[in-house]
Amino acid sequence: MDVNKIREDFPILKRKINGKRAVYLDSTATSQKPRAVIDAIVNYYENFNANVHRGIYRLSEEATDLYEKSRENIGRFIGARSDSIVFVRNTTEALNLISYSYGRFLNEGDEILTTIMEHHSNIVPWQFLGRKGVKLVFTDINEDGTLNIDDFINKIGKRTKIVTVTHVSNVLGTINDVRELSKIAHDHGAIFIVDGAQSVPHMPVDVEKIGADFLAFSGHKMLGPMGIGVLYGKRDLLESMDPFMGGGEMISEVHTYGSTWADVPLKFEAGTPNVEGAVGLSAAVDYLRSIGMEEVRNHEKGLVSYSLERLGEINEINIYGPRDPEKRGGVISFNFRNIRSERISEHLRKEGIMIHPHDVATILDMDSVMVRSGHHCAQPLMERLNIPASSRASFYIYNDRDDVDSLFDALKKVRGVLKI
Amino acid sequence: MSNDIYMEFILENYRNPKNYGVMDNPTVKKSGANPLCGDDITIYLKIENGKIQDIRFTGKGCAISQASASILTEMVKGKDLEYVKSLGENDLLSALGIELSPARLKCALLSYKVLKDALSGF
Ligand SMILES: Cc1ncc(COP(=O)(O)O)c(C=O)c1O
Repeated sequence: MDVNKIREDFPILKRKINGKRAVYLDSTATSQKPRAVIDAIVNYYENFNANVHRGIYRLSEEATDLYEKSRENIGRFIGARSDSIVFVRNTTEALNLISYSYGRFLNEGDEILTTIMEHHSNIVPWQFLGRKGVKLVFTDINEDGTLNIDDFINKIGKRTKIVTVTHVSNVLGTINDVRELSKIAHDHGAIFIVDGAQSVPHMPVDVEKIGADFLAFSGHKMLGPMGIGVLYGKRDLLESMDPFMGGGEMISEVHTYGSTWADVPLKFEAGTPNVEGAVGLSAAVDYLRSIGMEEVRNHEKGLVSYSLERLGEINEINIYGPRDPEKRGGVISFNFRNIRSERISEHLRKEGIMIHPHDVATILDMDSVMVRSGHHCAQPLMERLNIPASSRASFYIYNDRDDVDSLFDALKKVRGVLKI
Repeated sequence: MSNDIYMEFILENYRNPKNYGVMDNPTVKKSGANPLCGDDITIYLKIENGKIQDIRFTGKGCAISQASASILTEMVKGKDLEYVKSLGENDLLSALGIELSPARLKCALLSYKVLKDALSGF
């Protein structure tokens, strides 16, 4: 994989910030976009824009064709047929759709089993079902940040109706063995939902192989535009569910006092859809395919190994999550902890202070190294790790070892800037 | 206003905060947090004869939030309640003397919010 050549494809990476090369290490939050994606969107608006599924005229037919071909292409990317691909805005909307439309099948006393490493978008929608007495149960993690399988097995039972798990943690980087979890879930008669926001962009994912009944992911984290995401669902499940929203596009017939629904997947796509987004995401999928998802995964594995090594050289840095690159996606969260500098007052020194991730991010930004700091929309996990926040660096196809070195060099300056 | 947010005055208050620590038998004690950052601050006040006789704080957070709390306690210690209540956000910000981005403004004002909250009954 030729990173220099790939970087050429991303206009934004040519930008200098404070006169320095931009070192973008926040692809977990959102990825940058290649020229091919930007061009596909421009081409759509310059040559094909019309509302879809409505017009009888040529342009509308062409727009509809582009929209549906995009669906097919994106479906193929995850090993799914196009009629099980629902376009949504993002992972969050996909998970809310399931909670709303499938959640109706759950009753008081039923349980939803998830994990303590979830993003808020795979927690809050399930809390909504608490109103009708559905209980949310969290699987714990081991000390190394992997999922505690024994705890998972202990907590699953005949009340468990839904198991919903992130494929890759956006904080720990942990890659969960979703295939195994799927087997256990299905053995207990539960459906199995995968939050693929951090896996589909970074590794080969096939819905059949991982045994997902539903899979949610966001276009903007995989080189595509913002505002487009995907809910994959098993066809019979999607068919059994009521619509999420009502309006145009999702109906078959509307009468004054009642309506019937369009077939899946349009049943779940009320209103004018994000055609630009679908077309852009389809171009992103083509781009990723041209590199190869195995290649993407191997590249990130290499970068993670290298950064675990380099960050490990800084004594006071504490890294969260698995040390084994086989078990970790391209994400590294860390903190400067237990600083007992002579320069800090005695009572602070006794406890040892943590340099706050905001200060770390601000200082790195002085060298145009962009990392995330905060709770990463995973407050329950922060609580479990007993930290208020962390810094996080994440990698994608346009990052290389130079970026890791820039991160390392900037991190070495942190204590100096704070004179601590 | 300096655009070096880590200038010596701020760092000094971060590393060696004034009035840091728990107070026994305070007149009021109030805590507040900034969940987005994970900053939290607790302020203890001893109020007598319409004056803030003593003030202490504990907390964890970024250099800006901790330094700001330290500087705020110095601004109000021994002062009349009337005066303290008349202090606005800008008084604290000009005492800090640094240029802050909107995200960092929240850090800087956390202690101010907690203090105002603590004094709301007086
Ligand atoms: C694991 C995980 N799930 C869900 C989401 C939510 O994605 P979106 O904001 O695109 O809905 C994210 C985004 O940070 C994530 O990392």
